[in-house]
Amino acid sequence: MAILAALELRGLTRRYGERLALADVTVTLAAGQTLAVLGPNGAGKTTLLRLLATLLRPHAGELRVLGHALPAESWAVRGRIGLLGHEPLLYRELTARENLDFHAALHGVAGARVEALLQTVGMERRADEPLRTLSRGMVARVAVCRALLHDPELLLLDEPRANLDPAASELIEPLIGRASGRTRVIVSHDPAGVLAEADLVLGLVRGRTHLLAAPDQLDPAALTELYR
Amino acid sequence: MSAPPTRRVVSALLRKDLRVELRSFESMPAMALFSVTTFVLFHFGLQKDSLSGELASGVLWVTLLFAAVLGINRLFVADAEQGGFDGFLLSPADRNALLFAKALALLAYLVVLELVAVPAFALLLLGPPIGQALPGLLAVLALADIGVAVIGTLVGALAVRTRARDLLGPLLSLPMLVPVVLGAALATKPLFATPAGTLPLRWLAVLALYDLVFALIAFALFEFLLED
Repeated sequence: MAILAALELRGLTRRYGERLALADVTVTLAAGQTLAVLGPNGAGKTTLLRLLATLLRPHAGELRVLGHALPAESWAVRGRIGLLGHEPLLYRELTARENLDFHAALHGVAGARVEALLQTVGMERRADEPLRTLSRGMVARVAVCRALLHDPELLLLDEPRANLDPAASELIEPLIGRASGRTRVIVSHDPAGVLAEADLVLGLVRGRTHLLAAPDQLDPAALTELYR
Repeated sequence: MSAPPTRRVVSALLRKDLRVELRSFESMPAMALFSVTTFVLFHFGLQKDSLSGELASGVLWVTLLFAAVLGINRLFVADAEQGGFDGFLLSPADRNALLFAKALALLAYLVVLELVAVPAFALLLLGPPIGQALPGLLAVLALADIGVAVIGTLVGALAVRTRARDLLGPLLSLPMLVPVVLGAALATKPLFATPAGTLPLRWLAVLALYDLVFALIAFALFEFLLED
């Protein structure tokens, strides 16, 4: 049986005005696999995530996510993607529970899922405090709940453990780690950490593909050069 | 995943907006304070103890219009600054749910504004007693508020995603709201005359037609405004 591709990018290109943010990127990732995206600041990593999340439109090339061509069939994949980026996408004036209830309503998810996730990330006792009074680490835990409320098939993770202490990282591991069984795209500045959980590595420099290989076939010199 | 019912999404969005406003007080107090301050300035600037007829009507509606623009400019700011737009766009919810919810939120802000501004206007500037004009004035306020809410939501969504949103909001909304102010002022003029005249139904019909046209335009364009 052929392995179903969760992501198919062919010559994917995106510009901001005259500047090329992503140029001619071609990648295929099977369902359940993990793609690690590496590269220096401004390499186009976040742009790639936003394209996959249907938040940006490609300017050239083909993009299929979960079997659907974007942007034409964006409606079919919204609600099947979980995005965990630098911004928590949560309202500071609302409590953790209010924020999650709000997102649950947007996704048509039952309230019980909110309570279960709050417990899983250890936030049930602080769930009724406004977000602006919580630490960055706690907000990051709530953001993990927000990204997973609707049990997405595809997880788009931008430095997902950046603000988390080791204990919190351990708590969320079953939700966003390899054991979750989800297809994942992980953007990271820490090659050593992310290579261990990747099936495929994409290195970007100024929007262009600098390397694309399985972790065990990576040329260490090319990896070092990525950040020069 | 199927889209949640639009009614439930509108209700969640509206509840979120009102909660955020009631905790941050970023729009309503500014709108109310602006209107009262403007009436005080007119009180001294015009060197008149009381106004009636077209002057009273014009002062009331121009003041309400400028106060409304303050609310329009802030309508989407929390969503843009705290990632609410992305959170909403990642969900499978009907895009027009945001239009309905934001228009209802702005309508609520306008009602609160008028609960402060109309008594203040009657106290500081209006010559004839407000009591006899009140039933007709309520009808004009309702129709004008619907127009301001729909146009304000449309313009707010367009302006907030630009760098010059503080400039673009008033620049776009004021010309589009001129017919609303004109219709409302002409409908109110006989109510503030001495002796009081009857409510001109012709201007109420003009306001209702303008509301309907812009509601249809907003319904057709709003989803497009949210796209990249």
